[in-house]
Order: sequence, then C-alpha cells, then structure tokens
Amino acid sequence: MTHHYQAKPHPHESAALHVSGEATYADDIREVSGTLHAAIGMSEVAHARIKSLDLSAVKQMPGVVAVLTSQDIPGDNDCGPILHDDPILADGLVQYIGQPVFVVVAESYMQARRAARKAAIEYEELPAVLTPEQARDAQSYVVPPMQLVRGSPAEKLEKAPHRRSGTLHVGGQEQFYLEGQISYVIPKEDQQFQVHCSTQHPTEMQHVIAHALKLNFNQVQVETRRMGGGFGGKESQSAIFACIAAVCANHLNRPVKLRPDRDDDFMITGKRHCFYYEYDVGFDDDGRILAAKVEMVLRSGFSTDLSPPVATRAICHFDNAYYLSDVDIAALCGKTNTQSNTAFRGFGGPQGAIAIEYIIDNIARALGKDPLDIRKLNYYGLTERNTTPYGQVVVDNVIHELTEQLEQSSDYRARREAVQAFNQSSPVLKKGLAFTPVKFGISFNVVHFNQAGALVHVYTDGSVLVNHGGTEMGQGLNTKVAQVVANELGIDLSRVRATATDTSKVANTSATAASSGADLNGKAAENAAQQIRERLTECYISQFGGQAEKVVFADNKISGGGKEISFNELVTLAYQQRVQLWSDGFYKTPDLHWDRETLTGHPFYYFAYGAAVSEVLVDTLTGEWKLLRTDLLHDAGNSINPAIDKGQVEGAFIQGMGWLTSEELNWNDQGKLMTHAPSTYKIPAVNDCPDDFRMELFENAAHVDTILRSKAVGEPPLLLGFSVFFAIRDAVAAAGNYIHQPPLQAPATPEAILSAVTAVQKAAASGVTGQ
Amino acid sequence: MPTADADNSRQNASVRFLLNDKPVRMADIEPTKSVLAWLREHKRLTGTKEGCAEGDCGACTVVVGELAGDEVVLNAVNACIQFVPTLDGKALFTVEYLRQQNNGSLHPVQQAMVDQHGSQCGFCTPGFIMSLWSVYNRHQAAETRPQRNEIRSALSGNLCRCTGYKPILQAAEVMLEQPAVSLDMPALREKLQELQQDESLHYSHPEGELFAPKTLDDLLQLRADYPQATILAGGTDVGLWVNKQFRELNPVIYLGEVAELKTISRDEHYLQIGAGATLTAAYQALHELYPQMDQMWERFASQPIRNVGTLGGNIANGSPIGDSMPALIALGTRVVLQSVRGEREMALEDLYLDYMQKDMAEDEVVTLIKIPLPDPQQQFRCYKLSKRYDSDISAVFTGMALRLEEGADTVTSVRIAFGGMAATPKRATHCEHALLGNAWDETTVRRAMQALQQDYSPLSDMRASDKNRMQSAMNLLYRFYLETRRVDPLVAEAVDVFAANTGEEKQ
Repeated sequence: MTHHYQAKPHPHESAALHVSGEATYADDIREVSGTLHAAIGMSEVAHARIKSLDLSAVKQMPGVVAVLTSQDIPGDNDCGPILHDDPILADGLVQYIGQPVFVVVAESYMQARRAARKAAIEYEELPAVLTPEQARDAQSYVVPPMQLVRGSPAEKLEKAPHRRSGTLHVGGQEQFYLEGQISYVIPKEDQQFQVHCSTQHPTEMQHVIAHALKLNFNQVQVETRRMGGGFGGKESQSAIFACIAAVCANHLNRPVKLRPDRDDDFMITGKRHCFYYEYDVGFDDDGRILAAKVEMVLRSGFSTDLSPPVATRAICHFDNAYYLSDVDIAALCGKTNTQSNTAFRGFGGPQGAIAIEYIIDNIARALGKDPLDIRKLNYYGLTERNTTPYGQVVVDNVIHELTEQLEQSSDYRARREAVQAFNQSSPVLKKGLAFTPVKFGISFNVVHFNQAGALVHVYTDGSVLVNHGGTEMGQGLNTKVAQVVANELGIDLSRVRATATDTSKVANTSATAASSGADLNGKAAENAAQQIRERLTECYISQFGGQAEKVVFADNKISGGGKEISFNELVTLAYQQRVQLWSDGFYKTPDLHWDRETLTGHPFYYFAYGAAVSEVLVDTLTGEWKLLRTDLLHDAGNSINPAIDKGQVEGAFIQGMGWLTSEELNWNDQGKLMTHAPSTYKIPAVNDCPDDFRMELFENAAHVDTILRSKAVGEPPLLLGFSVFFAIRDAVAAAGNYIHQPPLQAPATPEAILSAVTAVQKAAASGVTGQ
Repeated sequence: MPTADADNSRQNASVRFLLNDKPVRMADIEPTKSVLAWLREHKRLTGTKEGCAEGDCGACTVVVGELAGDEVVLNAVNACIQFVPTLDGKALFTVEYLRQQNNGSLHPVQQAMVDQHGSQCGFCTPGFIMSLWSVYNRHQAAETRPQRNEIRSALSGNLCRCTGYKPILQAAEVMLEQPAVSLDMPALREKLQELQQDESLHYSHPEGELFAPKTLDDLLQLRADYPQATILAGGTDVGLWVNKQFRELNPVIYLGEVAELKTISRDEHYLQIGAGATLTAAYQALHELYPQMDQMWERFASQPIRNVGTLGGNIANGSPIGDSMPALIALGTRVVLQSVRGEREMALEDLYLDYMQKDMAEDEVVTLIKIPLPDPQQQFRCYKLSKRYDSDISAVFTGMALRLEEGADTVTSVRIAFGGMAATPKRATHCEHALLGNAWDETTVRRAMQALQQDYSPLSDMRASDKNRMQSAMNLLYRFYLETRRVDPLVAEAVDVFAANTGEEKQ
C-alpha cells in the first residue's frame, strides 16, 4: 500500500513562473486577432427607475464598435448564483451606485473606458436603504430571517446572576485580489464559446453564460489557469463580467475582453458582509455563559447572491470554540441599495465568531478576570458540553491542548503582567494583549457541493498530468494535488504537472471555496491515481510475480515482486500490454447532512482549530497603534505541504487583521462607495507585518479520513486576526483602568480607537470608582 | 509660433531609451501612454502587471536607470503612471530582464523568493521582485547588506494580499547570500551617455505634444507660450488624470530634464531645494537637518512614488492633504516662482488661496523651495495621522515649531500648520495667538487646543470625520507639548507608537 506520507515544503508549482513574470494570467494570454475591449457604464444613483438612457454620445466616441444594453441579451438577464435576482445589465431599474447598465465595445481598452463615461441617463429616484439597521427597520430582506434556538435562552437570561447586553458593528471587507476581475470570450464554430476567466467557479460561469446566451452547457468552455487572488470575490462575482463579455462576443461574433479598472471593480462587485449585532448574555460568577442571544443583521446588498449560506455559516460559527447550552441566534439578510455582498474567506464564519469573542471579552472585564480564563472555562468539553447549537457533536476537539501549548510558548501570563506594569507607567501609550481561539467547520453547508472529480494521465515517457475541478488562486492547490498524485504513484513531484481548470475536462465542478479545494480535489486525484496504480500493480505482478499488497511504488521505482524496475519501465510495459494509463477519479465527502429549515444537522466533516496571541501598542491621543508581536499556532492536520500551509496561516492572519483594523469601506449619504481604490481602501502593507511574528503548525492528524490526514487551511486562520482587535480593545480598556467596556467597533481605525478611548476615559472620569 | 522649441529642441523627435539593456526608438504612440500599457500592449512584456493604475499597489513596479552626473541611479517606479516619453535617455528594466541577466536562470532575488515561499497567487510578485532588485543592485555593488528598515521602506509601495509579507521580508534578507549576479554599471553608464542629446525633446503625435526642456529659460518660455499646458513632474498625480479621469492633456511640459531645477544647495540661511528634485532627494537633504521629519518621509507615499514625485510638484499641486506643506510652513519655508516676466518669492503659506487655488499666474512655475536652517532654540515636530503606516494619505498632518524665551517658559515664536483640516494647507493663527507670549504649560496648551476650533472647520470624508479630525488635531498639539515641555518632557518613544520604525535605522 501507500508508504507513509512525508510532508514536504515544496515551493508553489508556479513559483519560478511567478518570480520571473512568466506566469500567465487571463490578461496575459496573447490576444486573438480582432479582439475588442469592453467597458461597463454604471448607475450613478442608489435606487431609481431609468427614465431615459441616451447612449448616442457613447456611440460617437472614437473606436466604439457597439453599445449594448439588457435588450441585447438573448437569454436570461440574470447571473445570480442561488436566486434569480442579479441582472447582468439593469433593465429599467437600478439598485445601487455602480450597477452595470450598459456596455461599450471598442477597438481599445482606453477607448472603451472613455466612451463608457459619456452616457446621459435620467433617473426617477426611489428611496434607498443603505445600512443594515435601516434594512431591519424597513423589514427589507433578501431572504426570510433565520433563527436557531436551543434550550431556553430567554428564561436562562432572566435567571442569570450577571447579564450584559450591547451592540456591535463590524465592517465589511473588499477582497482586493491583486488581479482584478477579467473575462475574455472567444467565439468558436457552431455557437460555441471559449472563455478565459479569472474565477473560482468555472462551472457556474459556464452555466450563467449558457443561460444568458440560450445555449447548452456543452457549447461553453470555461478555462482558468490561475487567478491573481480570489478570496471569495471570484466565486459568484466573476459572473457578471463573464456574462457581459459573452453577450458582447455573441452579439458581434468577435473575441471580447472585459477587464474592469480597479475602481470599477470596487464599485460593481460585492464584498464581505458588514454585520450589525445586538447581543445579550447571562453568566455566572466564574464567567461561565449560561445563555446567549444574538441578532445579526447583514448588509446583503441589493440581491441575494450568497447571503443565505453566509448567514448560515455565521449562525454555525457564533459558538466558535465555546459550548453554549441555551442560545438564540438570529440572522437577518438586510436588503440594501449597495453592492451585493458575497463570499470572502471565512464566508460569515468570522462574522459569527467575532460576536461571541466580543461577548467573552466583556464578561472577563465585567468580572475583572483574564479573558483567557473565561475562554478556557467556556471551551467545548471533550465528552460532555460538546454538542454545537446546530446539533453536531464536536468529536475532534483539540482546543485545550492547543491553548495550553500556545499559552506556554507565547509566555502569555508573564506578558500579561508586563503589559499591565508598562501601562502603569506609560501615560500616553498603552499596551494590550489578547489570546483568541478558533474552531472552524470544514465542508460546504450545501451537502451536494461536497464532491469533486479529477483526471490523471500517465504518459509513456513517465510524465504525469493531473487535472481537477479546483481552481488555483495562490493557495497552492495545484501543488498539493500534484503532491498527492506523486505520492500515490511513488514518483518525484517534478514529473507531475497540474493543468488549467477546464469545464471541458472535469464537468459539474463545485466552486473552489469553503477551504475545501485540497480536501475534495486531492481526494479525487488520489482516487484517479490509485486506479492507475492498481492497474500498474496488476501489470507488474503479471510480469514479475508477487502479491499486490507487497508491491511498493516509491522513489520512481516499483518493487516487491521478482524484480525492481523503474516507473518508466513499468509504464512502457503497461502501454505495450494495453493497460489504460489514465483515469478519472471522484470523491464525495461522507457523513454530511443539513436541514435548512431547522438549521441543524451534521454540516461539517471535521473542525480545524487554531489560536493566536497578539500584543499591541496604542496611542491614546490619536488612536494609532502598532502590532508588536504575534504568536500563531494552527491545526492543519498532517500538513501535506507545511510551507504552503504556513503561508496560508500567516497570510490569513494578516488579512483578518486588515479586516478588523485598517480596511474601512465608506459609503456616503447617497450610497456611493467612497473607498474604491487602494488610495483610499487600505489593506495591510509591509510595515503592518510585525517584526516579531511567530508561527507554528499544531501537530494533529485529522481524525477522519481526509486527504493524507491533512486539514483545510484556507479560511480558518483568518479568525486568528481577532487577536489583534482584542489586543487593541485591551489597550483601550487600560486607558480607563480596565473598568469600563471599550465601545470599540470594527474596523478599529485610529478614529474608532480614539472614539473608544475617549468613551472609557469619560466613563472613568465620571464613574464611582474615581480616576 | 513659439520660439523656444524652434531653437533648442529636436522637433518631431522620437523617444530613445534602453529597454532591458537594448535600445528602442519610439515615435508612434500618444505622449500620455503609460509605460505599463506600452510594455503590455506594444512589447508583449506581460510580466509587469496592472493592479490599480494609480501607483498604489506596486504590481507594475519597474526600475528606471538614469544618469546623475557620472553616476547611474536606479530607481523603482510605478509603470502605470509614467508616460513613455519621460523615459527618453533613460534605461527601463522590467522583470523579464532578470533571467536574461543570469543566462536564463533565476536571478538571486527571484531564487530567494522561491526558496522563502514569497509568492502565492504571484500577481504582485514581479513588482516585489523589481523593488528588491533595486535594493539588491545597490548592495551587491557595495558589498553591503540592507537593514531591515531599508527593506521595508523599499517595499512600502508593494501590496501583497496573500502572504502577509513575512516570507517576502525573509527573501530580502537572504537574497544577497545567493551566488552574486552583478549589473554592469560602467557598461550601462556608457550606453546611457550615448543616448544623451544636447537638444531637448519635443515629441509630437496626432494626439498631442510633449516638451521636455533642458533649461529653466526654455521651460519658462514654454510655460508662457502654452499657458494651457499641463506641467508634468513626477506624474504621480497627473498619471491619474489620464488613467482615471480621462483628461486630455495637450501639450505636456515635462520638468524632469531641467537640471537647474534638480539642484539642492545650502547657504547660510536656507537649504534650497530645486522644485524638480525628487522627494527621495529632498528627503536625503532634509534628513540631515531635520531628523524630526524622518517618519514623515517614510510615510510620505511609497518609495517608488518618492523616487519620481517632486517636492515642487507636491507644493505646486497644493492639495489640502499633501504632507510636505504643513511641515515646511511650520519651518518658515519660502517658495520662489519664476516666469519669463521675472521671479518672486513668498512665504509658502501665502501660495495657497483656496481649494486648489494658488497665487500663481498662468505663466509661472515653482522653481525653488527655501527651507530655513535649523535653529537650535527651536523645537520642531511633524505628525502624520492615517489609517495605515505605509503609503496612506493623511487624515490630519501637522507641523509645529516653537521657541521659548531662554531660561523661561514664555513662547516667543510659534508656527503651527495643518493639512487635512481646511481647503488648503493652513496655519493655525488663533492657536498660535493663544500660545504666543504665554507660558508653555498645560493651561496655555489646553487653551490653544480649544483655539484650533476657531482656526478650522474640517470636513468629514472617508479618511476621518470632522470631529475626529478636530480632536486629533488638538491631541497632536498636546503630544507636541508633552515632547517639548521644559519639565519632564517625554521622549518620542513614549508618545509615538511608530517612533521605533525610523529610530532603529539611525543606530
């Protein structure tokens, strides 16, 4: 059988291409002769009926070949991933500033963009809903409210010795993939289309294009070699660009490329949902939570998009690592006249979990205890107190050991004392420290998405090609899948090449999302490679004798029978004996079920765990802050590739930190997004990476049969960024002698921090405790 | 017709420069074509990426070499906001050059990035490689090693959304440990010298013209002849007018070839910085005199922007949120404007009349910035407040300068200016008045903090609310007081979370 897998820190399969500029992204593909460029004309008001749409000036601009509207879409004017409420081009009604209304096709990119600004649109304005609170007040939702209740939270809240309620705002987040959205559509013979698209979901692009053009799925081929980042922003949000480019290519029967400018990308596409919370918690003298109630209002934007599963995941992560016996979790998907919010690494999980962390932070301060002690007290038990609010029993809980290990390695207790001593003697700058845990459920909540396919070809020269349904967006999926295949066949990784995701190779794929890429596609590729190995084994035995169980594939050799031969020799032999040297593979995750009505079931195959300790320095005069040190410990199971997994963990941490600190989305009173480029929207930059940044993987083989006993690592570590937010909150609390709850909102910009500092200082100045 | 170009320029000239060490000549593209678009669309060199088209992400970073006297200076710049004709006489290096330089193998910078797992999605990677390549060449030639802060500064204009930067920083630290690959600087210098021409460039194209005068006289004449012309210095703002606002600029007068504007000199009263000196050059000159400005410069845009942006451009543009003006106003900086009619000099603050309106005639050009030499009796600080440390536009910026009576606490002179608080960079006259002649103590400072409310009515926008701007402005004055009070003044490390960011490097 397979020899024991040794984790290997192989570089990313495209590393050499990345660093030399030779990696091909969609915009780098050599254009077919006659290629035209499209640019989108957008709505300038948040909610209105279009009274008139005068495109004559657009048509007269130099280089313009065509100007198309919704009337030019032969099929469905919709690209929604779940419900059909996402127009490709607005048809009489606009619902947010930035909504695509028409498209210009011109000879050059700049000609198209210049022309797109020349439209004269008259609007009849309608009332606009812009914030989650406004949506709730107006009962404006994209789907009906969801609620999960376990036990008797109302009663337990009433009886609890201590009770705290409050509100919290947590802002959204722009994915800011460095490579913007892009689709390049090339018409082929007989009403077929080849589409190069930067997307996490080629199959869905195939579907929405086919619907828009009234075609069969087999007429649309979508190919994605790699993305320059996705982060969830190219799961459903690539559809509008794919469809618009396809409509243009179909209309003109010419190749059309659509690459929105960064600002247009920001204005058109959805982001991480911002959340507004109202919470109520009851706890005992020790800090044990007796009951918790939370209502989460999401800013869904103008359409449904992926809001329902995002809300579901938020509900399923409100518990994070804590046992909540009596709990009432509600999620309201507020319909607002803004971009339609969507997937973003964590997919609602981070938004659900941060609420309970905020609550726990409050409990600790209310009781004058270290928040870590309150966290530990409320952790899921191993044999009791281990059923989640949605009914799944947590059977793989390692948060206790993981916490113990990080508490020691980060020197948490001594640093807690040092921070408090520093704060005693530092009037302006205050330090803060926080330890935050993560438990994150792995699998799509929609059971049937948990399937994958792969193809493995062994060529007669012994080189191997693998193709699977997952997409490469930088996460190292192709590297891991190739490692799986190399491992299965006992050959060097250098012999295995992974190729572009292509709907004409593996059909009916799921989105590369929910951290599931390696779990699903790795298993499918392993399955394909296994079949080939079995056939090769049979061939080997037929020639050299031996028993199948004893045949070993390792180091490019096959042994165990009468003779040791090279992989190439066996392949040649197999070919001559007419053995099929390629295979498909398939995988579906076992043991999943989910009831959408009751919000209960067994939605996750397993959980991934992690924890972080961060220490910050905060300026109480300006709200500026600096991250001094971070220690991360994360459970990636038996890592297939520790280098890639560490990169995922560190990157996710910094991205999570950005979400909760510098990344602020700002809409003006008219509903216009004012932060629509890197000049105004600030993702972490190099100096935000702390000088003292320690990261370890937690040794822990998955308890279920995952691919090589590894665990998914894409999303869970994003929640490690919580530690920075709560360290800042701790420092702010120091400005009021740790007595008052800092009303810190996320993102914790200098303004938000200064506002919270001012609040605790005022409370301290007027409070009974003096100071 | 104007006389200047007839006399001194190459009419209908082509632009000549080195692209990855090979000469190119170009005469058929519009003068405002970005280097990035030209590389990708015309040369099929697609390693250089577009991430934002506004100089804020670094995916398009390339390196430009140019002669400065007998030296070749290599600078990382953003290709997306540089116009191709500004490359005339220079050397452009793109990521594709690095393998060429090492006979097809990865360059040490590239190999270090692979070894340290510095790329994930890979889209930002070529930009990082080029930023690091400029650091590599500097140190490889000098046989030195970059300090941590130098590396961070060099990467301040490169955004990575995947890695969190740690492996990239590690790559920078080990890149010089690889077998060396050197850039042949003497050969490059020779090639660049061959490209130099005595006559200035006058580039004509059906879509517009670009002049690159070599002398101040020619510049002033062109300015007089074409009052509607766009003055192009570093292009860090003008590039956006083209990429984002689709403004049609014609003609363009490029300042970068006017050697007189790049001079930096010192007399007994002033440090005199030519308006065409880059922000990097200005920083180097000011650093010696005013180390208090170090953090401001580190946070002033990104290194690629500072490498092309000019101090004169920042001042002449006069944005209410530009960082250099409040600091320079506090120091009593004067500015010289010239035209064919003559020259005049004024206090910097007097240049700014109202939002984006300056006391500058159509034919005038800012030519010189005169910064008073440090006065040992003067306390000076400047403070920047923004959401992010690197490359972020300030919500509030201030420069504060103060003199106390010798041996006493009385404020004998004070100059305080703010950016982000009004329609222009503006002095806080009420605040200054509340301080002048009074004791530099808590009571006076609190009163002066309140007086700021009479000086400013700031706006709310995506960077900060009006209330936050006001509160921050007041608190920054208080920080200044804490740092400069006679009794028990606090060190920078006690009031500024970022003090260590620039402090370390000086040791």
